[in-house]
Amino acid sequence: MDDLYRENILDHYRYPRHKGHLDAPDIHYHDVNPFCGDEITMEVQLEGDRISAVAFDGKGCAISQASASMLSEAILGMTLDEVKALDKEFILEMLGIPIGPVRLKCALLALKTLKAGAWGVEEWPE
Amino acid sequence: MSTLDRIRSDFPILQRQVHGEPLAYLDSTASSQKPRQVLEAMDAYYRHTHANVHRGVHTLSEEATAAYEQARLRIARFINAASPKQVIYTRNATESLNLVAYSWGRANLKPGDEVLITEMEHHSNIVPWQLICQITGATLRFVPITAQGELDFPALDQLLNERTRVFAFTAMSNVLGAINPTAELVAKAHAVGAIAVVDGAQSVPHLHSDVQALDVDFLAFSGHKMLGPTGIGILYGKRALLEAMPPFLGGGDMIREVKMTGSRWNELPYKFEAGTPAIAEAIGLAAAVEYLDQLGMDWVAQHEREITAYAWNRLHEIEGLRVLGPGPERRGGLLSFVLGDLHPHDIAAVLDGAGVAVRAGHHCAQPIHDHFGIPATTRASFYIYNTHAEVDRLIAALHKAKALFEF
Repeated sequence: MDDLYRENILDHYRYPRHKGHLDAPDIHYHDVNPFCGDEITMEVQLEGDRISAVAFDGKGCAISQASASMLSEAILGMTLDEVKALDKEFILEMLGIPIGPVRLKCALLALKTLKAGAWGVEEWPE
Repeated sequence: MSTLDRIRSDFPILQRQVHGEPLAYLDSTASSQKPRQVLEAMDAYYRHTHANVHRGVHTLSEEATAAYEQARLRIARFINAASPKQVIYTRNATESLNLVAYSWGRANLKPGDEVLITEMEHHSNIVPWQLICQITGATLRFVPITAQGELDFPALDQLLNERTRVFAFTAMSNVLGAINPTAELVAKAHAVGAIAVVDGAQSVPHLHSDVQALDVDFLAFSGHKMLGPTGIGILYGKRALLEAMPPFLGGGDMIREVKMTGSRWNELPYKFEAGTPAIAEAIGLAAAVEYLDQLGMDWVAQHEREITAYAWNRLHEIEGLRVLGPGPERRGGLLSFVLGDLHPHDIAAVLDGAGVAVRAGHHCAQPIHDHFGIPATTRASFYIYNTHAEVDRLIAALHKAKALFEF
């Protein structure tokens, strides 16, 4: 457990970076994890082909929210193609904690949401 | 040695450690642990007796068949069924409820008919009825629950009417812990000419269940929640209803005669048992029932009442903690709660780190959580092997989670 909630995870959970909304996002995507009710909205603004601003909003467990906060920091300056190439290993390395199969969905929700937006997937109607 | 110490020594898994701490298993509502008597009965069957049942005339097949049918008799006696023919082996309570919905429902429901269930049902007593209502054109209705997390009885009396053909309800909620008055609800269903289908997945493991006294038409329960193995469940049904129902699954063992032009069905209970069954699991469940009977269901219920009352009081010492459902005097041995803004997954992960196993999520009962406007809860549940010391460890770990996440 102490492994799972290392100080950097708790820090991002308590003091999330880039939390909120952008005035005019180029990409906006919302997704939920029906298993536990976690919710994430990812917003991205582009300058040329690079990400110039990021915001996320959401509610859920510490893993899902810290993952969204850390991901938001990590993708600033990336191109959309670079975002599309991000994978599970990227998130696991970023979090730096052992994650079991059940919590993996929490850890990956932000990336899944971001990538769906980057690929231009149509949003699931509420 | 106290009864509780003796019980605990029968469960090998309780000796193990989790993250360097002794296991405190508070998740028996999801699935109970198994005493060595059950493990040994299944092991002995596989080592000495195994063969297919109802088929060969060789010695092993005869012995396996006898053990399998002896198990049925043992389980029938546990719920006081009039005959073992009314005790059908299934995979679990879910399959038992599907059997009733599909077999009885297909043959009996039509547009204009109503199926009544409650807002506190497990998904396994909701979805089969949704499916069968789509197929037959019958209408599905829900009895609401009160703010206290109990059935709304005035609403129930309004909803039950001459169009109601089935009233299906849980005898004990797996989230709220609420114990429903089964006999009274069955009588209400019968008064309007409906059949009563009871989900006993939570009640049969914990409360004395007499199908004849309760007068239930169908009772569904799972082996793995009552000290038995996974993969075995029971559907009890009234004889006349079962006789009139078409089969659920087709295959070997459920037929009397198969011609290329059609087939005739086997007698009860085999009509509903297609294919090679879970033989070792049936024998394991009979050993579980034997174990519970030796303890006595009165002892089981008393032990759970006592530990639940203790846990109820201790949980309420924690500021910001809210338990869903009725007070300890009207509930079974489980407590689902929310703690401030803490997410149940985070709570459960911290508890796991302290060796305390609880369930976090919606517990396959989303309508209840929708009712209370919360996505998920944390649930601690108790069975015959749980101790006050384990409750104390739960409380200590909750304080730790609070300190970690509250800011």
